Amino acid sequence: MIKARQVLTSIALMAFGLRSAYADYTLNLGKGVTQQSGEIYDLHMWVLWVCVFIGIAVFGAMFYSIYHHRKSKGHEAAQFHGSTKVEIIWSIIPFVILVVMAVPATKLVLELDDVQDSEMTIKVTGWQWKWQYEYIDEEPSFFSNLDAASNEARQVGSGIDPRTIPNYLLEVDKPLVVPIDTKIRFLFTAGDVIHSWWVPDLGWKKDAIPGFINEAWTIIDKPGVYRGQCTELCGQDHAFMPVVLVALEKDEYDDWLDNYPENGAASYPEGTWESKAVCAGSECTKDELMTIGETVYSNNCASCHMPGGEGLEGTFPAMTVSPIVTGEIEKQIDLMLKGKEMMPAFNQSITDVEFAAVVTYTRNALGNSVGDMVQPSEIVALKSK
Amino acid sequence: MSAVVTEHDDHHDHGPEKGILRWLFTTNHKDIGTLYLVFALAMFFVGGTMAMIIRAELFQPGMQLVEPQFFNSMTTMHALVMVFGAVMPAFVGFANWMIPMMIGAPDMALPRMNNMSFWLLVAGVLILASTLFMEGGAPASGWTLYPPLVLQTGNALPFAVFSVHLLGISSIMGAINIIATIFNMRAPGMTLMKMPLFVWTWLITAFLLIAVMPVFAGAVTMLLTDGFFDTSFFDAAGGGDPVLYQHIFWFFGHPEVYIMILPTFGVASTIIPVFARKPLFGYSAMVVATVAIAFLSFIVWSHHMFTVGMPKAGELYFMYATMLIAIPTGVKIFNWTATMWKGAMTFETPMLFSIAFVVLFTLGGFTGLMMALSPLDYQYHDTYFIVAHFHYTLVPASIFMIQAGAYYWLPKWTGHMYDERLGRLHFWLSAISVNILFFPQHFLGLAGMPRRIPDYAVQFADWNMISSIGAFIYGGSQLLFLYIVIKTIKQGTGEKVSDEVWEDAKKHGLEWTLPSPVPYHTFTTPPKIIPTEHI
Ligand code: HEC
Ligand code: HEM
Ligand SMILES: [Cu+2]
Ligand SMILES: [Cu+2]
Repeated sequence: MIKARQVLTSIALMAFGLRSAYADYTLNLGKGVTQQSGEIYDLHMWVLWVCVFIGIAVFGAMFYSIYHHRKSKGHEAAQFHGSTKVEIIWSIIPFVILVVMAVPATKLVLELDDVQDSEMTIKVTGWQWKWQYEYIDEEPSFFSNLDAASNEARQVGSGIDPRTIPNYLLEVDKPLVVPIDTKIRFLFTAGDVIHSWWVPDLGWKKDAIPGFINEAWTIIDKPGVYRGQCTELCGQDHAFMPVVLVALEKDEYDDWLDNYPENGAASYPEGTWESKAVCAGSECTKDELMTIGETVYSNNCASCHMPGGEGLEGTFPAMTVSPIVTGEIEKQIDLMLKGKEMMPAFNQSITDVEFAAVVTYTRNALGNSVGDMVQPSEIVALKSK
Repeated sequence: MSAVVTEHDDHHDHGPEKGILRWLFTTNHKDIGTLYLVFALAMFFVGGTMAMIIRAELFQPGMQLVEPQFFNSMTTMHALVMVFGAVMPAFVGFANWMIPMMIGAPDMALPRMNNMSFWLLVAGVLILASTLFMEGGAPASGWTLYPPLVLQTGNALPFAVFSVHLLGISSIMGAINIIATIFNMRAPGMTLMKMPLFVWTWLITAFLLIAVMPVFAGAVTMLLTDGFFDTSFFDAAGGGDPVLYQHIFWFFGHPEVYIMILPTFGVASTIIPVFARKPLFGYSAMVVATVAIAFLSFIVWSHHMFTVGMPKAGELYFMYATMLIAIPTGVKIFNWTATMWKGAMTFETPMLFSIAFVVLFTLGGFTGLMMALSPLDYQYHDTYFIVAHFHYTLVPASIFMIQAGAYYWLPKWTGHMYDERLGRLHFWLSAISVNILFFPQHFLGLAGMPRRIPDYAVQFADWNMISSIGAFIYGGSQLLFLYIVIKTIKQGTGEKVSDEVWEDAKKHGLEWTLPSPVPYHTFTTPPKIIPTEHI
């Protein structure tokens, strides 16, 4: 019933071209929050109007003709069939219009390319399926995953209505925090396949390509939370690696930076587990590893091996009573460090603590109870072998 | 044995063989044309079913029907099946049927190769389809098959690569055949500049095919060796370059989209003058524009890659070059409009589809121009805006003109008239629903919805639902098309169609000087009079 009504309102809305009560509706590009995004918006609108104008002229002529020059109205066909003069005219006029369009576009290309004089640099690495942010010359360095609520709701047949999840699919556990009024340079790369980093309010997207470094820059004018997504198909969870950018006033940003990592997720008070704070530099207890491991598993492994560890017949092996998980621990660590076929290598994309935690977790949960555990320091040792 | 041989001496009068063998071994251009068209129609429904699955999943936010990986396989297979299984074969079908009849030739120049290229096509598409049932699923990296992602494909990768090889060989053989036919088999008096535009556009398309299919085959072969033989063409860790693949792919891919659109233009230029009862306006300008578009299509490929990070100079060059395409394309649209101008128009189904094509293709052209401006493409790229753009140039352009061509030529082929009332109903259903389907996708893209995603944020919900409703209506309407085609082949309206079928069509093309239905063999002696109304 509700569905039917939704459908009907949608159609009615479209029929009248109204925007009405759905405040969230957007039909057009946003102006964004940087000077460049504003200029892009203006150029977009200008070109759009030029197209509308040409469209009205051409379609106008065509519909006039369709209406008046029809046989049923007794119109006799004229027999002219070409004129070089006319062809030249309607080649030259579009050419002039194109040149006029090319001027502001060229200016924008040059402007967007100019990363000089940037005041800070953030390296962004795309992974299947999360973003890694490293503040060059500063301490913060972390991964940004889809938030738990969206992640739960987006499972096939979860039965959870996405409308009840705030910012469904556009929320992360740890957002990228940046200051406003600062020229920020971004460096983009990827660890596995190609991704693309897009926040519409900044006015651009840039591909993150394994083995390559791309550059882009921005100066954000207004504090706020700006959301975007990965825009290059990067595998099954491509739709589930959003970008959230929190732009703070400069002094608030400095506060955030000073207190990192204790309040690593400053703008999200409930925050999530922050590995560095737990057992960095010391031995971890098994309980600590198990708690951390549970999060790591659901963020990094569950998409293939399934939340309960049952895997997917024929594609992703089960964790539950897997010969590798219940066998020698070094074999499992080795496989996870190197990867195999579709199984990604985790030697870089998670920290040593996280690595030790997820190994310990898979061996003692998900229907397994091997009883052993591994310390982050042992992972460090095995990596260097 | 010898008895059989003597029977075959009597070459000119024999009709088609009986039974299934007729279709397996046929070398007759009309039979092969029919095979291509039937196959294309079947694949249109296969690819369409996949599109319906995609649109059903996207009907609402949340994941309801399919796993994300399968969703990605569906977008990939939908595109490959539509491009290589439906649109391209349909135009080859038209080429087979019509080119000999339009230039006054008895058959294609290389009839046996013609048979072979059809069956290789079937083999290629079947191999591709079989990947749906393989461990790891069908390719799920988009029809562009970008590495490194595509190398994560399960067992399907080598099969997909081999299928591309077969499709490529099939297309190249088809193209060689078309070129050989046009250059060697024209009736006396049928000079190049008297050929109907459909023949011209196919001649140029055939050259595009020969130029780019090997490039695509090369690219996927490198994927294969990267995947299985430890090469690193596209792997940065081994000194390769993943972006190199994109350059190679789009060097093929951009001409490929013109391979689908030039014959579309050709059919439109054939139909519009007949129903406007006027010669085509600017025949030679149309030929020149087609050549210009084909040439430009080779030097603009990186406009698909503005976000991969290019040097400024490269980016500006590709932006300017792409914008230039607007000029010959504009010339075409202006010429079609001028052809209608002061005509005596009637609006039978083929003409309705052609008019809708000119209007809706122009919309796709406008968004294309917007995307050519690279700073704007930073926003539009890989969003639903693009999906809307290319579907406007594929569905209401290529598919509409394929169907227009079917309505236009079916009476000639079968001798039966289609049901005009049903044809118009099919037209209106298609033309309205295609806009409900694709127009809202512009809004979605501008509002920030990426393409190739199985689930989306809730603010995109309403337009997605509308788009899906449009998709279901559009999909359903195509069953009506199937019904009309079958009915026409069987008996049509029962009314006897004249040789001309359409008023004064004889003045526009040689095919209308032949009896309806066309005999199995035509123009065994070349025609004497060449119609020139279209020039
Ligand atoms: C992209 C999907 C994917 C992700 C994500 C993934 N795996 Fe795997 N994993 C696989 C596949 C596929 C295999 C089978 C590899 C093979 O044998 O060819 C596998 C195999 C394994 C095995 C060996 C199991 C066996 O019985 O052979 C273990 C252990 C494992 N994965 C652990 C993990 C852990 C822990 C994580 C998270 C940190 C993880 N995987 C994340 C796809 C994935
Ligand atoms: C029958 C009507 C059609 C419908 C409803 C339809 C629908 C769709 C949908 C929903 C997508 C997925 C978009 C995404 O997730 O990014 C898609 C992709 C695509 N379609 Fe269609 N489509 C139709 C016809 C066609 C035709 C006729 C062609 C080509 C000749 C075509 C070519 C493509 C291509 C190339 C893609 C891109 C696939 C990719 O992202 O790799 N479509 N279509
Ligand atoms: Cu992605
Ligand atoms: Cu292109």
